[in-house]
Amino acid sequence: MMLEIEKINVYYGAIHALTDISYNVKEGEIVALIGANGAGKSTSLKTLSGILHPMNGSIRFLEEEISTKAAEDIVSKGIIHVPEGRKIFAPLTVMENLEMGAYLQNDKDQIACDIRGVFERFPRLKERQNQLGGTLSGGEQQMLAIARGLMARPKLMLLDEPSMGLAPVLVEQIFEIIQEINKQGTSILLVEQNAKMALSIANRAYVLETGSIVLEGDAKEVMENSSVIQAYLGG
Amino acid sequence: MERKNQNPIVNWIVKSKILGILFFVIIGAFAVYKLGTALFDNPSLFLQQVVNGLQLGFVYALIALGYTMIYGIIQLINFAHGDIFMVGAFASFYSISRYNVHLWFQNLFPSVPVMLAQIIGTVTVILVSMVVCALLAYTIERIAYKPLRTAPRISALITAIGISFFLEYFGALNFVFSPNYITYQRPFAVKSWFVGPSGFGSIESGIAPPAHSIIFSNIFLIIVFASLLLLLVLQYIVKKTKIGKAMRAVAYDKPTARLMGINSDAIISVTFALGAALAGAAGVLYAIAFPQVFFSMGITPGMKAFVAAVVGGIGSIPGAFIGALIMGQAETLSAAYISTPMRDAIAFSLLIVVLLIRPKGIMGETSSEKV
Ligand SMILES: Nc1ncnc2c1ncn2[C@@H]1O[C@H](COP(=O)(O)OP(=O)(O)OP(=O)(O)O)[C@@H](O)[C@H]1O
Ligand SMILES: [Mg+2]
Repeated sequence: MMLEIEKINVYYGAIHALTDISYNVKEGEIVALIGANGAGKSTSLKTLSGILHPMNGSIRFLEEEISTKAAEDIVSKGIIHVPEGRKIFAPLTVMENLEMGAYLQNDKDQIACDIRGVFERFPRLKERQNQLGGTLSGGEQQMLAIARGLMARPKLMLLDEPSMGLAPVLVEQIFEIIQEINKQGTSILLVEQNAKMALSIANRAYVLETGSIVLEGDAKEVMENSSVIQAYLGG
Repeated sequence: MERKNQNPIVNWIVKSKILGILFFVIIGAFAVYKLGTALFDNPSLFLQQVVNGLQLGFVYALIALGYTMIYGIIQLINFAHGDIFMVGAFASFYSISRYNVHLWFQNLFPSVPVMLAQIIGTVTVILVSMVVCALLAYTIERIAYKPLRTAPRISALITAIGISFFLEYFGALNFVFSPNYITYQRPFAVKSWFVGPSGFGSIESGIAPPAHSIIFSNIFLIIVFASLLLLLVLQYIVKKTKIGKAMRAVAYDKPTARLMGINSDAIISVTFALGAALAGAAGVLYAIAFPQVFFSMGITPGMKAFVAAVVGGIGSIPGAFIGALIMGQAETLSAAYISTPMRDAIAFSLLIVVLLIRPKGIMGETSSEKV
């Protein structure tokens, strides 16, 4: 098992945001985490990446307990979190944003090679490498956010609503890219409002409702579940 | 609740910033008139004032950069920054008077030209002060500010004021720096030159320079040169190095910077150390220019540099530099042409005028970068 979360509870002060949540991601999988607004999807990812810490329970990544580790140490273990809303460093150029993604990489040649790699995947970013991150369009920013995440050479990528605010064509493009990244060996935990899209590319899925997991299974099964169809797939 | 002002006239006055503009126009006209006649009456005296103002402005710039960088990264006005400057001056005082650091090269290689040995010695003294101040600020940041990272901003601000008082009054103790005004021994001999209608030449002691010429000294040269060099080095660090890019990333968005694996606390500490190193250099240069050191010497230059940083647009590095040069000119020109006791009042009213028109300072809005 690559990532194993067991019975974690997360609080924001008095607000109990996640209650006894358990889920896992296996090597090479795409796992979707779906749920309504405020269900606790982003909170789950923030807990994995060490921005938040669970009150109790365990988070094990590659057989190592990481629930008390600081965010910067978790990156070095091989988990990268591409946050909701892209969070591009607006005053830094596209190139500098990518370099920040590679902050913990020390091999200069390898970084240069990785930058060439992401430019091949995202030719748009290559054209705009000297432009300030804040001046990119929403779609370009999303690509930069993913590209910046790839620069950390992650084993597991946490993606929080990569399709948010994008036109359908772009959404499809982004999802194709996610599948490609996965094929090249990066496991993916995907949080999405766009449940249909997410389930169509995922191996397995978890449904989150007000801080608890109410359903889990193969993506196909989840997609055919009547309550999911009603709640998230507009059926 | 915000109360909307319904009176259209009041509204218009506020919105159009008419008061600020009027104030600016009146003061501006007065200043142009005053300076214009001064320049016309005695150009060499006027230019002399500009040179003096430049020297002061560059020292302020070094201090202002620290204010602006620290504000840029954690939105803290580090009131103890002026006292770090004071410690820098004292560090050089001790390294010169007690340890003869400025003579090390001369002693080691007596055959080297004196001038070169003096330059190397002075640079060493400056570097020592920079290191001392960087270490001091690093320690202060770790002990006093880091625990307050998630506390309300006002807590850190009050802590900064506390640290400022601590450094001053701890310094005033007899076994530390003492409460006395102490004469400062410069690390090199002062040499002056004149330049003007009668040409260029060095000024020998006891002989008056020709009339209508501008006088400048090696103090002026070393201040301008050292400040420009440090500014360039800082620009290079912030723009080109990994740590500088991380500083900008942390200044913009700490949680996301952490998601990239950037240790934001370490970056903040480095920023403090860097700002303090510049203040340390400023302390040495200031003591060289005005050769006297005392425990409270950081207050006024610290305040002026803070104003310079705000005038320039706090958070902006070029802004701090421009603001400091303006402050230096405002201070010397008003001392020369209006009145010496008024110079501080005039320098500070500049702050009010600029803020009335551009609340974010000269470079505040246009530059998107915070560090
Ligand atoms: N910083 C915070 N302080 C207090 N409560 C918070 C905070 N962040 C999130 N919450 C609460 O925690 C719950 C889960 O929020 P979370 O952001 O994880 O939802 P989400 O599933 O990502 O929703 P969305 O789809 O809208 O992004 C919500 O009720 C939210 O109000
Ligand atoms: Mg969310």
